[in-house]
Amino acid sequence: MADQPTALERFIQGVLPENPVYRQLLGLCPTLAVTNSLTAAVTMAGAVGFVLLCANVIISLIRNLLKPHLRIVVFTLTIATFVTIADRLLAAYLYQMSKTLGPYIPLIIVNCIIICRCEVVASKQGPVAAASDAIGQSLGFGLALASIAVIREILGTGALFGIRVLPTVWPDWVIMGLPPGAFLTFGILLGVVNWFTDRRKAA
Amino acid sequence: MNAIEHTEDVAPVIYVSPSPHLVQTATSTRRMMVDVLIALAPVVAMSLFVFKGYALFQLAVCLAGSLAAELIFVKMRGKPSTLKDCSAIVTGVILAMSLPGTAPWYIGIIAAFVAIGIGKVIFGGLGMNLFNPAMVGRAFVMISFAGALAASGFEDVQSTVDAVSQATPMNAYKMNGVVTPLVSLFLGTTNGSLGETSALACLLGGLYLVIRRTASWEIPVGLLTAVAIIGGLADLMGPADGWTILHHIFGGSVLFGAFFIATDPVTSPLTPKGKLIFGFGTGVLIMTLRLFSGYPEGVMFAVLLMNALTPLINRWMIPKPFGEH
Repeated sequence: MADQPTALERFIQGVLPENPVYRQLLGLCPTLAVTNSLTAAVTMAGAVGFVLLCANVIISLIRNLLKPHLRIVVFTLTIATFVTIADRLLAAYLYQMSKTLGPYIPLIIVNCIIICRCEVVASKQGPVAAASDAIGQSLGFGLALASIAVIREILGTGALFGIRVLPTVWPDWVIMGLPPGAFLTFGILLGVVNWFTDRRKAA
Repeated sequence: MNAIEHTEDVAPVIYVSPSPHLVQTATSTRRMMVDVLIALAPVVAMSLFVFKGYALFQLAVCLAGSLAAELIFVKMRGKPSTLKDCSAIVTGVILAMSLPGTAPWYIGIIAAFVAIGIGKVIFGGLGMNLFNPAMVGRAFVMISFAGALAASGFEDVQSTVDAVSQATPMNAYKMNGVVTPLVSLFLGTTNGSLGETSALACLLGGLYLVIRRTASWEIPVGLLTAVAIIGGLADLMGPADGWTILHHIFGGSVLFGAFFIATDPVTSPLTPKGKLIFGFGTGVLIMTLRLFSGYPEGVMFAVLLMNALTPLINRWMIPKPFGEH
């Protein structure tokens, strides 16, 4: 295990250098689907963060019991348990948000960020590294979702968190709240991120 | 496109090729674009005559937007300026002609930046784009600002310009079953997108393009055939309300789309047979959208959808070399 990154490295890597959305291109389904408002994006990132943290720690604790041919099933079942908890909690305490996010909360079960982290980190390293990795990746996911949601919500409705921030003369770009707006915003941001990365590499 | 363009700069070129030895040195991007601009002249003139200040305003906004966008985005890519190939001017004029005169200034600017930026430069510039740039820009603002670009946005009852104070013929028919006289549709004294109203002007410009072979005849022929067939069927099977095949062809932007938008050589198929299929498909989609969708007109979405199919049509229509079994 000596060649595995330390807990701190795992945390830092997750936020920007290996950002799950912009660098690994994982978890794009919620990224595109729920980023039309910042509130929804933050809720989604919170739910994913909760599931990722719990699943990573549990998998890490039982990593020595895992059989190679059954590990994916165990990952999925563990994740599904926590997704169900998150889903029911949202439905109980944030009913409107739960309605808005619709199927995307149950779909966290098949979110590839979580399965990827279970496979890459939790099944190989101890619970501390797994937990810090989960927090780093969740932060990275949250930042990515928020960056898209800020642009889409401001351009699309002139508001942030549902509160009007632009003057009323601003014509709302309805398309930004619709699926095309998600693809356009994400594509352009991804291009910008790649451009910065290339420049840093070249420098 | 690039290869063709370079022949202009490098003066003595020796062609080694099998016959026929017909070297068309006149073909260049710029010549094609200037041809399109000449063909657009009657359309622009008619729109200035009918919509007066509205048309002038929209042209100024869209041209300024397109040229600025082309300048900025091409510079951002670190490429030499492409302003002199005139393609940005063509995009600007077609965009202006496809917007209602009443659209506020920011719509033209946003549409132009989306058209040039997302529609063209992001794919690698002219010749690389998948979709007709002007229509990408228009679709963006059409969905964004539904209030200004839906049929009701075309009308301004207070306006001193006659055409603008009426409902568009397509919408009057779709909503209230009012049939606009064929003569007004043909001459273009009705309300609508600036360039679409006059069938006569579109036909004049379109014929010029086809005769100059800047636009291939197969696309408008395929498109108009499909519109005529489906329009005829709709007329026969539907209620006898006086909206005939000719109304379907002269009304809305079918002619403008057939000659100026669908014929974009970059986003339409390469082979003659492919072009016929492309035109026919566009016509079928136009009529489908007109008859069965909530929109009174469907040229823009039809062209964009068929643009997406162009690579597939190209793949199906690879010509067989002579003698191959």
